[in-house]
Amino acid sequence: MIRLVVNGQARQADVEPEMPLLWVLRDELDVKGPKYGCGIAQCGSCTVLLDGAPVRSCSVPVSAVAGKKITTIEGLAQNGVMHPVQKAWIDHEVPQCGYCQGGQMLAAVSLLQNKPKPTDADIDAVMTNICRCGTYARIRTAIHAAAAAAPAKRV
Amino acid sequence: MNDISTISRREFLKDSTLAGAGLVLGFHVPGAGAQTGKPGISGVEVNAWVVVRPDNTIIIRYARSEMGQGSLTSAPMLVAEELDCDWKQVSVEYASTNEHIRRNRIWGGMAAVGSQTIRLSQDYLRKGGAAARQMLLAAAAKRWAVAESSCSVAGGVITHVPSGRTLTFGDVAIDASKLQPPKDVKLKDPKDWKLAGTSVKRLDIPDTVMGRQRYGVDVQLPGMLHAAVAQCPVFGGTVKSFDAAAVQSRRGIRKVFTIDSGKVMVVVADNWWRAKEALKALPIQWDVGANGNVSSESIRGFLKAGLDVPTVPVARKAGDADQALTGAAKVLEAEYYTPYLCHAPMEPMGCTARIADGRVDVWCSTQTGEGTLATAAAAAGVPLDQVEVYKMQNGGGFGRRGGSQDFTRIGVLIAREFPGVPVKSLWSREEDTQHDFYRPAALYRMKAGLDAAGKPVAFKARVAAPSIFATLLRLPLKDGIDNSAMEGFAEFPYAIPNVLNDYAQRDTHVPVGFWRTVGWSQNPFARECFIDEMALAAGKDPFQFRRELLAHEKRPLGILEAVAKAAGWGTPLPPGVFRGISVTEPYAAFTAAVIEVSVSDKGEVKIHRIVQGIDCGYVVNPDNIVAQIQGSVVYALTAIGRGEITIKDGRVEQSNFNDYPMMRIADMPKVEVVIAPTGGFWGGVGEPAQAPIAPALCNAIFAATGKRIRSLPLSHHGLTLVKA
Repeated sequence: MIRLVVNGQARQADVEPEMPLLWVLRDELDVKGPKYGCGIAQCGSCTVLLDGAPVRSCSVPVSAVAGKKITTIEGLAQNGVMHPVQKAWIDHEVPQCGYCQGGQMLAAVSLLQNKPKPTDADIDAVMTNICRCGTYARIRTAIHAAAAAAPAKRV
Repeated sequence: MNDISTISRREFLKDSTLAGAGLVLGFHVPGAGAQTGKPGISGVEVNAWVVVRPDNTIIIRYARSEMGQGSLTSAPMLVAEELDCDWKQVSVEYASTNEHIRRNRIWGGMAAVGSQTIRLSQDYLRKGGAAARQMLLAAAAKRWAVAESSCSVAGGVITHVPSGRTLTFGDVAIDASKLQPPKDVKLKDPKDWKLAGTSVKRLDIPDTVMGRQRYGVDVQLPGMLHAAVAQCPVFGGTVKSFDAAAVQSRRGIRKVFTIDSGKVMVVVADNWWRAKEALKALPIQWDVGANGNVSSESIRGFLKAGLDVPTVPVARKAGDADQALTGAAKVLEAEYYTPYLCHAPMEPMGCTARIADGRVDVWCSTQTGEGTLATAAAAAGVPLDQVEVYKMQNGGGFGRRGGSQDFTRIGVLIAREFPGVPVKSLWSREEDTQHDFYRPAALYRMKAGLDAAGKPVAFKARVAAPSIFATLLRLPLKDGIDNSAMEGFAEFPYAIPNVLNDYAQRDTHVPVGFWRTVGWSQNPFARECFIDEMALAAGKDPFQFRRELLAHEKRPLGILEAVAKAAGWGTPLPPGVFRGISVTEPYAAFTAAVIEVSVSDKGEVKIHRIVQGIDCGYVVNPDNIVAQIQGSVVYALTAIGRGEITIKDGRVEQSNFNDYPMMRIADMPKVEVVIAPTGGFWGGVGEPAQAPIAPALCNAIFAATGKRIRSLPLSHHGLTLVKA
């Protein structure tokens, strides 16, 4: 039995230690925010925050995250209050199909935690998630808008 | 709300209670954003499009699909505009596909393809809203025993003007639903629109942002099993043998089997990762069939031979092009090539199906609910009216989830092996990449003749390409022409007196399908670059050259001029920066682009600026149009830079995003959008913007380097796209 902390809740899963975190979340714990896109850490649709840092959960064995704090897109809002990144995403109508956007937002949250006022170059350096709909221009705008808003509590 | 029927909605909730076990992670019923109506309040159907609840909230039904193109919002906007309700009252739900069949296709087209949702349903959407308004007004007038002409409607409230008395839609909905629908309704003049034409926030975005959006891949049902699938790497091949014993005893594995006469190998387990890992470890012997030697080179040769066939079906003919060429002062000839491309939506193919008691339920990301329903019925062997399709938010579509429905067929055939049990099939990215219905490869040969003054007197284009209509849809080709293959050549807009554009159908074993912008995604590269070649030969500026040839074509000329003006065509540029231009006419819309580049000695093509314009006639949701254009540019540049599916030993060589690379944010150039609507017609939006990008870019590269790019992707020419 592997114990996890998912969005502040203690969870457990009886799975093989090598099962990727993504599939433990999706198929065992019914946490569907992290998405399967490539399975090889290329696209970032499966991004979750592990103790606040973004990881591609398709390529992280669950045994490596036992006891660690996992945040998925479902857990980003606190007590019903949207994270500034979520608010900016809505204000700027960022998503199209939206499949990659949970991962994009979590990557943006991490960026802003490390660099509260990121430059375009900072954004280019860490926002490596793929969006097939091509929402990149709006992602950039929304990150700058979130940076201009009041800082959020660390996730 | 997303298209979860009452029954399935209950199941979703029940299941989430089990899985979530009192945690905050419990399933949220997918809704169309913040405006999701209160659940559990049944409403009154005034007509097929409009349901009014006693609390005066309104459900507007949406019949097609949502894949990010925004029509789930903009189509209901047209209903609401004529209904004269307050948009804040409105929530949106999908029309039931099953009910659609049983009610004689009452919701019209259900497919989100061909940039057609608005342009082909606007008339009945607006009439649906107007008819419901008329019935609600009539019901109020009847209750007051006053003349209908003395009543008005605004914001979902009916007012008896002389007395000032009011009734809400909710007050009179039941009465209204019993009235005969009006035979004729008068629609508003678009200049009087209040809601349509404004930038309305998309209804599905809040759910997406909060992690509540539900895609096909997210379906969760009680007792559900998971399937991983593998088709023969060589298209058309079958499973010769497999050794189930090698994986059968692994944890969670339920069944190892083939479906569809051995065409698909399947492993079903209690968790998708277990199924996929077992499939990977499963020894499979394939019978690759007759196509194990086909390669990109052999296909290219086959296309090339199509260029040399003396006579093929003609899509466009004017005058006598061959004769005009013999008399021309100058003759140009060039061949262009565009490769196979994969759709690669972020959500891979999949389908959840349950077959019980002669009834089939399918949950899936699909661009055509009706197509999914028909495919499921055929695969399960049940009548159409015994199938329901729950359309989930599509994690990208781009044409992959439309006509083919192979993912539905496979999903339902798997579910047949587990009566009463829902089975979710999901394709790996590798399976998705290697078993697509690809954008066809196409080879073009064009010839043009100019007179002594540089005026074009003849134009010929031969397109050698597979036919999507003949092979995927299995439709007979009218006069031998696949319309999608000849887009941009059949509707040739340039005033050239002698034209001969014809089509050599060259079908191969590689499946082809509708890839966003279809023929318009590739043909303009050939046409508009060759027009630039003609301008050069004529010694004319590419913009002025086009202007002269389009003088009689108001709308292409209009968007060309609007974009040229916005881009400052003809004004000085910084040293080393050059422009390219193009214009196209896709899906009843008109698009043009000007792109500025500089090219380094190392072949880095730096994109300084993209000005992209569209005239789509009437504009429903302007900000969404901007979003579609921004996205189209990314889709186009991804393909132009490095996009290519190649064939070796009969199979696709690429497999995932490591070898079929995607543009990322660091590559994203600046895009300026020009929306220049001229009104008076309804044009498409989701696809047209991609059409002029490749030629405008390659024309700019020519201006910068003198190097004429006649095949894609650019990586074959030692060129790399980089952001300025």
